[in-house]
Amino acid sequence: MTAQTSTTKLNKSSGRTSRLPALLLLLPALGYLILTTQVPFIMTIYYSLFRYSLVDPFRRPFIGLENYLTLFTDPQSVPVLVNTLVLVLSVIAITVVFGAALALLFNRKFFGRNLARTLFIGPFFIMPVVTALIWKNSLLNPVFGLFGVVSRAFGFEAIDWLAQFPMLSIIMMVTWEWTPFAMLILLTSLQSLPTDQLEAARLDGVNNLQEFWYIILPHWTRAFEVVVLLEAIFILQIYGEIYIATSGGPGTATTNLPFFIFQKAFGEYSIGMASAAGVIAVILANIVTALFLRLVNRNVNVKEVK
Amino acid sequence: MMTASKSLKPRPSNPWRTFQNVSLGLLAWVIALAFFFPILWMIMSAFKTEDQAFTTPPIIFFQPVFDNFTRAFAKYGHALLNSLLVAFGSTLLSFLLGLPAAFSMVFYPTKRSRSTLLWFVSTKMMPPVGVIVPLYLIFKDLHLLDTVWGLTLMYTTMNMPLVIWMMHSYISEIPGEILEAAKVDGASLMQEFMKIAMPLSVPGIASTALLCLIFAWNEAFFALNLTNVDAAPLSVYISAFKTSEGLFWAQLSAAATLVILPVMVFGWSAQRQLIQGLTMGAVK
Repeated sequence: MTAQTSTTKLNKSSGRTSRLPALLLLLPALGYLILTTQVPFIMTIYYSLFRYSLVDPFRRPFIGLENYLTLFTDPQSVPVLVNTLVLVLSVIAITVVFGAALALLFNRKFFGRNLARTLFIGPFFIMPVVTALIWKNSLLNPVFGLFGVVSRAFGFEAIDWLAQFPMLSIIMMVTWEWTPFAMLILLTSLQSLPTDQLEAARLDGVNNLQEFWYIILPHWTRAFEVVVLLEAIFILQIYGEIYIATSGGPGTATTNLPFFIFQKAFGEYSIGMASAAGVIAVILANIVTALFLRLVNRNVNVKEVK
Repeated sequence: MMTASKSLKPRPSNPWRTFQNVSLGLLAWVIALAFFFPILWMIMSAFKTEDQAFTTPPIIFFQPVFDNFTRAFAKYGHALLNSLLVAFGSTLLSFLLGLPAAFSMVFYPTKRSRSTLLWFVSTKMMPPVGVIVPLYLIFKDLHLLDTVWGLTLMYTTMNMPLVIWMMHSYISEIPGEILEAAKVDGASLMQEFMKIAMPLSVPGIASTALLCLIFAWNEAFFALNLTNVDAAPLSVYISAFKTSEGLFWAQLSAAATLVILPVMVFGWSAQRQLIQGLTMGAVK
């Protein structure tokens, strides 16, 4: 390690004999996160093995995997898992396609492009709770919502979106928030496309469609992976929108895993059941996270110590 | 981020191509305005009277009133204070713990640095629902429920991995020679950290802090489940209107406008860092 002292990257650590101070700098952060994420998660796993209700907290029999069995077979909770996946998968599908089309569109030169882009990505910054209120009150409400006003103006019946198409309404809301995200990432990736590559292709007489198919799409592979995985992680956790707009209803039509856990834990006080659902949520998230970390790992800049 | 196609020569122009360009430009504007419209509509409602706010057909031209804002301020002042305390408090705490950790992993790497860093990133991806139940029970026992402190602790958990990740990549950019020179001059670890690493990463600190503030400001899950009245931040106060069905819509719009405006302004100005922070550098 001491042999190559002249170059930059490897040798920031050379000449230091004791690692203790460096470890002391690391430990508080490590300890804090273990205490607030790993320890509670282990407790969640533990609780999930008991029939544990806050209504009767002192009688909590060990029931093994029964909570999980209920979760996967009970007609009340199976729709929850389906809803969670429907929401995640449909939002990803829509935002990736829209995001890609819009990234191409916003990458063109046109009048006021920067302003148009800025306005377009606005929805991504809105507090999710506010998003849900805007949609619920001023867009989807059948009486004074704008969608209703417009459809009446064209002579149609106003639709009570949240009652008739609850899941579709939530999907529209979440799509509105996340399309700008997909667009931004794909646009960022598009702008790192080497211009000489495009230049050469055009000299060879490549048309727009071929350019898209043979140059842009392959270049986007990594960006697509990032969009899909990150959206999966974040949309698995959607809570505020559902809490405000539908409270999981009507019935269980829009109850996803996070909202179900909230209902079980703080509505019905059944800690065991909520914990089992929490474990499932973490497992789902971890599958996606593992894939995502493989991407991050590729260009993480950590100096290897040999 | 707006420069890429600068040097690329456009395809030769002809009337058809010009028409195509103009119409696609128009299309982009129509879509941009359609996406922004719900926000604009809400901001407009904030300047209407309660009656005007949900008249059908909707009113587009009106005499703006400002009462909604004064009333919103009076009503939301407490929540605003909570939000500010929690956002700034958790950001500060995230840096106090995260910055030394990032510094340590850059300058004193070990065999485990890479996996430690990735572990930090993975905690950021952990769904809050996986820990909320025990946390709620622990908070209850420790009397942390509905306290600014309790929420601050959770937002620190949420943002510290981001601080470590972002600051790790910023501090990695500091040339090794600078520290070598400092070591030769006999600088201690503390001096290296305080006198060299810190000042050189000020721009990185600023943009990372901005991200932390935005995430803490917008968070709702922990806020809704761990606070009630005393420590309720803006997200909780605004949620209280979920059943109002258009009642007080003008006033709520004013409050919501005040809530989203700072985030929009900062978010727009920090798009690049936002993408970097969210994607953990996976897209350049």
